[in-house]
Amino acid sequence: MSDPTAATSEAVAEVGGGAALGKPRGLLGDAWRELRVRPLFWISVTIIAIVVLIALFPGLFTHADPNLGILSRSRKPPSGEAWFGYDTQGYDVYARAIYGTRASLLVGLLATVGVVILGSVFGILAGFYGGWLDAVLSRISDIFVGIPFVLGAIVILTSLNTAGNTSGVRIVTLVVLSIAALSWPVAMRIMRSAAITAKQQDYVKAARALGASPRRIIVQHMLPNCLAPVLVYSTIALGAFIGAEATLSYLGVGLRNPVVSWGVMINDAKDYIRVAPHALLFPSAFLTVTVLAFVMLGDAVREALDPKLR
Amino acid sequence: MGRYVLRRLFQMIPVFIGTTFLIYALVWAVPGDPFAGKCGERPCPDQYVSAMRAQFNMDDPLVVQYGKYLLNLLQGDFGKTFSGTEVIDRISVTFPVTVRLAIVALIIEAIIGISAGIVSGLRNRGFLDSLVLVSTLFLISLPVFVTGSVIQLVFGIQLGWISPTVKGTGFADLIVPGFVLASLSMAYVARLTRASIGESRRADYVRTANAKGLPVSRVVGVHMLRNSLIPVITFLGTDLGAFMGGAIVTEGIFNVPGIGGLIYKSIQTKEGVMVTGLVTLLVLVYLLMTLLVDLLYAVLDPRIRYE
Repeated sequence: MSDPTAATSEAVAEVGGGAALGKPRGLLGDAWRELRVRPLFWISVTIIAIVVLIALFPGLFTHADPNLGILSRSRKPPSGEAWFGYDTQGYDVYARAIYGTRASLLVGLLATVGVVILGSVFGILAGFYGGWLDAVLSRISDIFVGIPFVLGAIVILTSLNTAGNTSGVRIVTLVVLSIAALSWPVAMRIMRSAAITAKQQDYVKAARALGASPRRIIVQHMLPNCLAPVLVYSTIALGAFIGAEATLSYLGVGLRNPVVSWGVMINDAKDYIRVAPHALLFPSAFLTVTVLAFVMLGDAVREALDPKLR
Repeated sequence: MGRYVLRRLFQMIPVFIGTTFLIYALVWAVPGDPFAGKCGERPCPDQYVSAMRAQFNMDDPLVVQYGKYLLNLLQGDFGKTFSGTEVIDRISVTFPVTVRLAIVALIIEAIIGISAGIVSGLRNRGFLDSLVLVSTLFLISLPVFVTGSVIQLVFGIQLGWISPTVKGTGFADLIVPGFVLASLSMAYVARLTRASIGESRRADYVRTANAKGLPVSRVVGVHMLRNSLIPVITFLGTDLGAFMGGAIVTEGIFNVPGIGGLIYKSIQTKEGVMVTGLVTLLVLVYLLMTLLVDLLYAVLDPRIRYE
C-alpha cells in the first residue's frame, strides 16, 4: 500500500497560494456558500455524524454484549437475532462493529491532531525563519519520509510493545504515536510551502514594518492564512489514518484485545475467510464507509477552498 | 546535470544515515532479550549468548555498533542472522519477486489509471467523468487488505476463476496481487491525469492543433499527453519505491514469497540483522527512485534545467 496521504500533499499545497488572497466575504464564508449546495458534502457530513454518534453512545445501537463469547454459536451466519452473524469466538459481529467504532475513530482523530500540531509547528517555523532551521527541519522530515509507512510502523510497534497484559490506553497511545511519528512530514511540507508563500505577502511585510514581533506575525497573521491547506489535508488524513490503524491491526501489531476496533475484528476473522466471510466483510464495510465519508468531505472542502477549481 | 546529480547524491547521505540509524536503534536498542526462545525450551547457554553478543558487537555503545554495521554494509556485507544464514542470500531470493510484483503493479496502475483519467478529463462533468470520480473515491477508501481479501474470497474461493494464492513468481502469476497492490494508487493516477488533462484542454497549443485540422487522436495522443503526463510519470516513479515497502499486506494475502513476508517474519522473530538489512535496501531504493524521478522530470520537460 503506498501512503495515501503523501499524494494529496501536492494537490493540497496548491490551495495555499489561492487561499492567501483576501476576499470581501472571507475565505471560509465563501467556502461555506460553495459547500452547502453540494450533495456530496451533506452525504459525508451525515455519515460522519452517525459514526460519531455510534462512537459516543454505542449502547443506543445495540443491546448485545460485544465481549460475550459463546462458542456454541461460533461462526453462525447472519440471522434475525444477530444481524451480522457471529465470529469464530461466538462474539456478536454487529455489537462488536458498533463498539469497535470508538477505538477506530479515536485513533484516527488523535493521530490527525498529533500530525497537524507537529507538522504545523515545524512547518511554519521552517517556512518563516528559513535558513539553517529550515534546512535542518527539512532534512529531519526527509528521514521520516524515507521510511516506508507500514514497515516503520511495524518496527516501532513490535519494538515498543511489551507482551502480556497491557492496558487499553497504552495500546491505543502507541498506535497513535507511531502513526503520527511517520506522517507528520506531510503536514509539515504543506504548512511550510504555505508559510513561504504567505511570508512574501504585503500584510506580513506591513506587520513587520509596524514592528510586530516574529511571534505575533506567526500567530496572528500567518497562521490563520496558512491553516486552510492543512485543514483540507487533515480531513483526508483522518480517513487515511483510520484505514492505517485497521491495516496495522490486521497485521497483528496495532490494536489488540482488550481493545475492540474494526481492524482487530478483521484480524480475528481473516483466518476463517472461507467458512465465515461475514465476520470479515461487515467490519470492512463499516471501515470503508467511514473512510469514504472523510475522503469525500476532504474532497468537497478542497474544491470549495480552491478558487482555481470554481 | 552531472553536478546536480552529484549534489543530490551527497544530500542523500545524511538522510540515508538518519533513516537507517533510526531503524537500527529501534531494532537493537529496545529493552528485551533477543535470545529469548532461541534455544528451545531452555534458556540459552552463557557461551552461546556471549559468542553471539561478540559477533553482533552488542556490548559496544549503540553508535559504535551502528558504525561497524555501516562499514560492513559499505563493503557489501549484509551480515549473518543468529542462525548463520547470510542475509544477502535471502535477499537475492526474495527481492526479485518483490521487484516483479512492483513492476506488474506499476504497469496495471499506469494503464488503467491513465486511461480512466484521459476519458474523464476529456469529458468534463459527463456521466463517464462522474463514474470515474466516484469509483476513484471508493478505491481510495478501500484499504488494500479489504480489496485483497474480497478479491481472494469472491474470485478465488467462490467463483474459482483465479488461484486464491499465487502458484509461481512469474510475471503472469503476479497479475492479481499486482492489481490489488496498485488499486489505491490507480485512483490517484486517474485523478492526477484528469486534473492535468482538464488544464491542458484549454491551452493555446491544443486550440492551434485543433485549428490545423489534426485528428482528435493526434491532438490528444501527441500534443496533450506529452504535456499532461509529466506530473503523472513522476508520481508513478515515486510509487515504484513505495510499492516495495508497502507490499507486506498484499504479499501476505496472496502468499507471495517476497521481501515483505521476509521482513514481517524477521521482525516477529527478532532477527535484527535481517530487518536492518532489508529496511536499508528499501530506503536505498526509495531514495534512488526519487532522484531518478527528478532527473526524468528534466528529460520530459525541456523547460526545466538543473544546473
